[in-house]
Amino acid sequence: MPKLRITFLLPLALAALIAGCGSDDDSSDDSSSDSSATVSLDDCTPNQLETLKSGELTVATDSPAFPPYFEDDDPTNGKGFESAVAYAVADTLGFASSDVNWVVEPFNSSYAPGPKDFDFDVNQISITPKRAEQVDFSAPYYTAKQAVVALKSSDFADATSLADLEDASIGVQIGTTSLEAVNASIAPSTEPQVFDNSNDVVSALKQEQVDAVVVDVPTAFYLTAVQVPEATTVGQFTAPGGDEWGALLGKDSPLTDCVSAAITELSDSGELAGIEQTWIAEKTDAPVLE
Amino acid sequence: MSDAAGTAPGPAVPDRRAERAAARRARTLRHQGIAIASTVVVLGGLAVLLLTSPGWPVFRDAFFDPEVFRDSFPRILEAFWLDIRVFMVVEVVVLILGLTVALLRTVDVPALFPLKILAVGYTDVFRGIPTILLVYLIGFGVPAIAVGESASGAQPLAWLPTEPVVLGGLALALSYGAYVSEVYRAGINSIHRGQRDAALAVGLTERQALRHVIVPQAVRRVGPPLLNDFIALQKDVALIAIIGVTGEAFRQAQIDSLASFNYTPLVAAALLYLLITIPMARLLDRWERRRQTR
Amino acid sequence: MSGPVLEFRGVTKSFGDLEVLHGIDLAVHEHEAVAVIGASGSGKSTLLRCVDLLEDIDDGDIFLDGEVITDPSVDSVGVRRRLGLVFQAYNLFPHLNVIDNVLLGIVQGRSVPGDQARVIAHELLERFGMAGREDDLPDRLSGGQQQRVAIARAFATRPRAMLLDEVTSALDPELVGEVLEAVRDLKDEGATMLLATHEMGFAREVADTVGFLHEGRLIEIGPPEQVLEAPVEDETKRFLRRLLVAGRA
Repeated sequence: MPKLRITFLLPLALAALIAGCGSDDDSSDDSSSDSSATVSLDDCTPNQLETLKSGELTVATDSPAFPPYFEDDDPTNGKGFESAVAYAVADTLGFASSDVNWVVEPFNSSYAPGPKDFDFDVNQISITPKRAEQVDFSAPYYTAKQAVVALKSSDFADATSLADLEDASIGVQIGTTSLEAVNASIAPSTEPQVFDNSNDVVSALKQEQVDAVVVDVPTAFYLTAVQVPEATTVGQFTAPGGDEWGALLGKDSPLTDCVSAAITELSDSGELAGIEQTWIAEKTDAPVLE
Repeated sequence: MSDAAGTAPGPAVPDRRAERAAARRARTLRHQGIAIASTVVVLGGLAVLLLTSPGWPVFRDAFFDPEVFRDSFPRILEAFWLDIRVFMVVEVVVLILGLTVALLRTVDVPALFPLKILAVGYTDVFRGIPTILLVYLIGFGVPAIAVGESASGAQPLAWLPTEPVVLGGLALALSYGAYVSEVYRAGINSIHRGQRDAALAVGLTERQALRHVIVPQAVRRVGPPLLNDFIALQKDVALIAIIGVTGEAFRQAQIDSLASFNYTPLVAAALLYLLITIPMARLLDRWERRRQTR
Repeated sequence: MSGPVLEFRGVTKSFGDLEVLHGIDLAVHEHEAVAVIGASGSGKSTLLRCVDLLEDIDDGDIFLDGEVITDPSVDSVGVRRRLGLVFQAYNLFPHLNVIDNVLLGIVQGRSVPGDQARVIAHELLERFGMAGREDDLPDRLSGGQQQRVAIARAFATRPRAMLLDEVTSALDPELVGEVLEAVRDLKDEGATMLLATHEMGFAREVADTVGFLHEGRLIEIGPPEQVLEAPVEDETKRFLRRLLVAGRA
């Protein structure tokens, strides 16, 4: 029956349209943003910066805003690693803390095309080349390692190498480097379970839905110290390819260079390390797993 | 025309027939021509509007990127196999559960009264809670209960299933079972009272009447609405992703999307769902049409 | 001679405020055909439905072979198996073919083994002129054919009495004849029948007794020659006159 065939073909036609339609310039934007900050902070004052609202800096993060990156789900209190970094960047650029506005931007829409509702977004976002094709990243403000967390009562709590975790069922959060890290470094026999947000990851651990979870080290610290005291950090490892976090900005944003310059300045002066020390007391007791 | 009043038929008749046939053909062609022209103008016009709009290139790159599509499609296709298996199994459970609940609500056996109350409660609750919430509650709630320890430290409920696929499937089955039971119930109630009268009149018990006369007719009658619910279920399988099921098409699409900061994988997943649901919708149309013309 | 097959004593039935049957006294003897006539809404259908225990009566008693059937303690299924009811709207089971329609009652109801039941069903359908249509679904049959199947279905359990509820009222005129023929066959078989009908000519031919039901009361009852030709009661006369005018007497 012709009608049936035509409507059956519709999705196939759509697929063909996409696959076949060679988008003319696929990789013509090599002018990605790993240009080192060649701009001086003198050119990055509030009246020179083309921020969303002139004279004000609009910073975005997701909601809820989790510790240790934010405290009490309130970015405006300046507490928490990323909140502190954001205010430090604002300060370096010459904005008073009262000139900093916070907005909520769900992770899924932070990379949507079109104009952004923020000047930059801090949300534990890893810089990857693929992602850098779609958005701008600032210079990295943190290098994260991965940590394996299990309940103290779990068989896997005393694993000493990554190989020991092969038979574990592992939970990770979606959109984080953790999934790739688990697949690449641990290569478990069962597929890892992917959860929408870190609360669900914590629940899964607590309720023994998984044997262990892999999260970045600061999250692991907070998890074992506060959220699930009956859990322990089994060990840490570096994700292949590393894991650097940067602030996210709109593609080809005029603010990228200045934000990067601010971060570089904070890093050079040691202020960034100080913020890290305050909020992510990265004690190195967690053994390194290989 | 000359008055062909009554006598010999003559050559006038064949001419008129041919004339009428030709006129009909011309009319059909005209109608087809108008239909085609109108389609070209309207759909073509819309397409032109879309493709020349200023935002189109950006939109196209974010949602229809061929390279990202080619890269992620195989993974998503493989993950879709899980969706198919889940909705097939869940649908069977739903059909059985739905009919059972509907029958419990329909029959009037005093001994079954407590079950009847439960059935009403079940239908109200599970139709009233959004399916996504149910998946969440069951997906995280059951494992929480399962690890509960009694005073002696034992885990009496450890036998409860905790695999996300099972829990997700269970949530879907409970949710859709409630809707489907209402469909069955409507079907049963729609059977004309005369059928029950006739069944009793030939000497069947109430139970035999239900089993041999009412339910068979009701089930045939509710085929199209059941198929409609099945199509809805096929899409809602994607909801099990939120409780940690990997290897599911929507989830895989999300993962790829976040890795590339591009929405094309989600479009790819959507196409796969359409590939299944559109033929089903056409099947449904055909079924309904056949029932009308009977 | 033994008592009547069916007997009504003081049968009263109301639907809410509406009293549909009032103090009905009636007897149907073995091999007798009793026709009940009356205007629409006079209670004829209700009378038959009450006999088959599809409705509960409010007062009075109905007896089948001398035993009370309207008592709550009586097994209604057993009673219905001894009666055959044919509906105005035929009510054949649309999802079953002709022979399965006839079989359902005798196989499930009487637990007669399958092959024996088939023979019975086949014979009956042949008797009523429906042999050869056994595998057809009801929607392929004309109204008259469906009603004949319905009669066969009701008669299949060899009931003590056949209850015929306006069995020709829903039929096109040209199909009425074949159904009346089937009812004549029943009479020839010696069936005991209680019929509600509009067909005066038919009542005249087939019935041994005719009763006129007016607003829930059986106001005149007697042989057809009396009730239909020379009625005593004014209401009966009025009713027949109206029918005459409408061309249905």
